[in-house]
Formats: sequence, structure tokens, C-alpha cells
Amino acid sequence: MSTPVPARANAPERYYNYAYLDEQTKRMIRRSILKALAIPGYQVPFGSREMPVPYGWGTGGIQLTAAIIGPDDVYKCIDQGADDTTNAVSIRRFFANVADVATTEDTGEATIIQTRHRIPEKPLKQGQVLVYQVPQPEPLRGLEARETETRAMHAYEEYGLQYVSLYENVSTYGRIAATAGYPVMVEERYLMSPSPIPKFDNPKMAQNEAVMLFGAGREKRIYAVPPFTRVRSLDFEDYPFETQTWEETCALCGAKDSYLDEVILDDAGDKMFVCSDSHHCAERREAGHVGPMAGHTLDQDAALKEPAQ
Amino acid sequence: MNAIPGRIAPAPLLSVEGLTKWYGHVLGCRDVAFDLRPGEVLGIVGESGSGKTTLLNCISGKLTPTSGEVRFDTRRFGLTDIYGLSEPDRRRMQREEWGFVHQNPRDGLRMRVSGGANVAEPLMNLGGRHYGNMRQATIDWLDRVELDTRRIDDKPRNFSGGMQQRIQVARNLIHGPRLVFMDEPTGGLDVSVQARLLDLLRELVRDLGLAVIIVTHDMAVARLMADRLMVMKGGEVVETGLTDQVLDDPQHPYTQLLVSSVLQI
Repeated sequence: MSTPVPARANAPERYYNYAYLDEQTKRMIRRSILKALAIPGYQVPFGSREMPVPYGWGTGGIQLTAAIIGPDDVYKCIDQGADDTTNAVSIRRFFANVADVATTEDTGEATIIQTRHRIPEKPLKQGQVLVYQVPQPEPLRGLEARETETRAMHAYEEYGLQYVSLYENVSTYGRIAATAGYPVMVEERYLMSPSPIPKFDNPKMAQNEAVMLFGAGREKRIYAVPPFTRVRSLDFEDYPFETQTWEETCALCGAKDSYLDEVILDDAGDKMFVCSDSHHCAERREAGHVGPMAGHTLDQDAALKEPAQ
Repeated sequence: MNAIPGRIAPAPLLSVEGLTKWYGHVLGCRDVAFDLRPGEVLGIVGESGSGKTTLLNCISGKLTPTSGEVRFDTRRFGLTDIYGLSEPDRRRMQREEWGFVHQNPRDGLRMRVSGGANVAEPLMNLGGRHYGNMRQATIDWLDRVELDTRRIDDKPRNFSGGMQQRIQVARNLIHGPRLVFMDEPTGGLDVSVQARLLDLLRELVRDLGLAVIIVTHDMAVARLMADRLMVMKGGEVVETGLTDQVLDDPQHPYTQLLVSSVLQI
């Protein structure tokens, strides 16, 4: 269900450029995107601009979206999988405002999905673009602080160092305990940080039909995974890659195979598990799936007719 | 060199010729030449500022010399000038065939990961992808450098200076290098720890048949470790020869001064 944006009363007086950035900036970003798509997983430097939100709130993703969005696009923005969190709502409103695009919460209907922390549960299709907001594009940074050195390591494919962090994981926890930002090899050439998505979503990147763009505003880097690209999560021969699993099901829609968030309910330690992808969960509930804690639907009209005494 | 009948001199592992390094118009080292054969331990001695470390850095590929050649008998390319190799080839050769023990373990170790991971890193750099095997090799090596294997997952900062140096030694030997550079490996350690580390190094070098270039200002270290000595002063090599010969019968006035200035207790 997309919400069409009504024509503006003050349309002639609009003083800002379409999609906020000026044309030359968008052109520069598009050139970086093309280079990034041509060399899957390679970090392309770009002239990141000051955005009307602070670094860390998605400046990289917003600039990518601004560079590729057009009036015919349908825009969806999620934060931790949810459409209704503050950050997602304000970024969505920002683009409805500056680009006059229709917005949606429906994963299937969107042409551009900007995301932080999740890949939607519904498989993406050809023609869709997934834009990631990336805090730290360099997967090796935690182990090697020198940019000159990490650049050489990428150039010469010296990725042994990344395994040191996996080794530390296994020796400390007895398994590869890293959960988010789990490093991947793209087309068996470039080591890439998939931004802080949970490793649950890593397998979805492989051979995906959609275009995946990654933008890091503070670090001034753009990288990309084009459609139908090989993406492999790193692992050891005797400790293979595995994703998170839950013994619980979603408390609202009963889903067994989606990524679940743990929600603390009270001081007594009661908790529930719910789908982190809010649209996926709502769609399942509409289709009649019921989880163990799903309640009655609220009848708002009834509440209005009979005000409390 | 005249060939002695019945003895075949092995091909040099490392051959340095006319090596000169200028820092602007300040001299680092001038016109250094020597050959190093497999299994040989070469000591470079001299006072501080004499160009020892400059020379070591030039030979080990860390610092491009102003002129001269450093030829190493690489496994993949044979005897070649290391500065003639492309950068990825040179880095690969350094990873595969060399080790470098720094004076300060902080320079040679990753302080943010455990001792065990530090020792195993060269294996991963060479393509090791089996955790169990690498873990076992790490434990074997910690045992070999006489460290408590139960402390394998401790961070380097939780080890004493001497232990950190042992971790560094294990890290630089685990991948079976043919040539190891050591820059004052026992500097900054107290005398008893120094003696034990030297003893260990001597044993390992002999067992593994390693070629070593060791830089030191400590005559005792030179005497114990090195087969041959090069004495440097003001960036130039003033005397070279067998260790015992140089130390017992020094020819150059500076070497005589150096040898006579060793404190006797």
C-alpha cells in the first residue's frame, strides 16, 4: 500500500534541489556507484557531503538513495528490520519531502529499500535496490589500524589476518561467536564487511537478484554487490559458518524461520520473541498466522464511541 | 674465492652488494657487501648510531636503499634482487621465507589479540584454514619456547617482557622460515632472562638450521650467537671475520676499543 504524496501548495517556491543534493554531487556519487558495481566488494572513495543528520544516522545511505532516486520510485526505509522506528520514519519522511516519491512499508512493492542492520525476510526481486547504511566499511580495521596497510592487503589479496579474529572467537567461545558485520568474500576476490547486518542475513546476499549498494558517509566509501554475485562468509574447515537459530517462535505471527528480537516485558524477567522484520510479521498476521502471544485486534471506533466514565 | 678441493661451498642464501643508504645528506650506511650461507649466523655489532638498524632494515626489505643490491635465494624465483620483485611478490616472499624479531615485542606482536593467535597468524597468512591443526601447532611451539601452554589465550600484555619475547620468537619460527632477522632480541631484558632466551635461541637456530642476521651492541650476545661478525662504525663496515677471531684478536682500533670496553666483573 503506497501513500501517494499530494501536490504541494508551495511547489513553485521550493528552493532546494530535487532529492536534496545538487546535480554535480549526485553525478559524482553515481560515478562512484558505477565503479563499485564494476568491481564487486571494492571500496570506492567518494566526496561525502554534509547531510542534515549526524554521522552515524545513515548519511552514507541517504546520499546513495539521493543519487539514484527518481519520482517514479517507491521508497521503503527500515531500521533494525522495523518500518516504524524513529530513524526509519524520519528518513522516509525526508525523501517523501525532498524527492516527492511514494513511500511504502511493503517490501515487495518498494523499488529502493534503505536499510540498517537487516535484509528483509521476503526475497528481493530483480529491479529492486537495497541501500545499506555502513558505519565502518573496512573489515580489517579492528586488526590493522593503518589505512595504507589495509589498502595494500586488499590490493594483494592478503586476507589471512581476517582469520585471526575468527581464531580468537573460537579459542575464546569454542565457536565463531561473531554475530553482526560478519566478513564475506565477494566473487572470491574482495573481502567485504556487510555492514552490521546479523550473520543470519549473510546467506541472503549470495546470488541475490537485487542490486546492493553500501554507503559509509563518515568514512567516505561506497561499495556494491551487483545482482547474481557469489558472496561467501569466511569460516574454518573444522568450524563451518552457521547462522543464528532460535528455539522460540515469533510471539505474534508464529514464524519459525525469521530473525527474532528478544523483548523484555517486565521486571520479573518475562520476555517475548518477535520478528525483527515488522512488515514480514504484519503480513503473516494478516494471512491468519497466529503466535502464542497474539491478542485481539483493537477496535478503535468502539473506543471512541464509548468514552471511559 | 679459491675453491678448496673436496669441499663445495654452498650457494649463498643472501648476497648483499654495494648497499648504501642516505637519509638526505646524512649517511645511514655505505657500501656494505657480504654473503650469507644457509644455516649461518651473522652478527652485526657497533655502537648506537653506527648504522646497524639501517642496514638491517635495508636487507629485510623494510627500507629501500639508495643504491646497491640485496639478492635472496627465493623459492619461487631463485636468487633475485628483492627490490626488483613486484611489491606483492616481495611481501609474499617476506611472509613465507623470513621472520623478523623486533627488540620491543610491542612492535612485533598484535597486542589486541591473544598470544596464541599471534603465534598462529603466520599460518593463517600462508593459507591455513583448519583451526584444530593451527591450534595444535601453536601449542607445540609455545611448548618449544618454554611457555606455559595453559596461558595460550592470554593477551600479550599479561605476559612478562621475557615471555613476550618468547611469543615473538615462536611467531617468527612457526612457519618454517629460512632466514630470520633479529634486532637486539635480548635488549631490555634483565640479565638472567637474557641468558635463558639466548640459550633458547641458540638451540632453536641450531636445530632448525636457520640462517640468522642478528644486530646487537652486546658483545656477549654476539659471542654466544654469531658465527661471523661485522663491526660497523659511522655507517661503514670496519672489520669482518669469524666471531672468535674478531673478538680475540681485533685488528681495527675501533674494534679493539669495543672489545676492551666490555665490563668485566
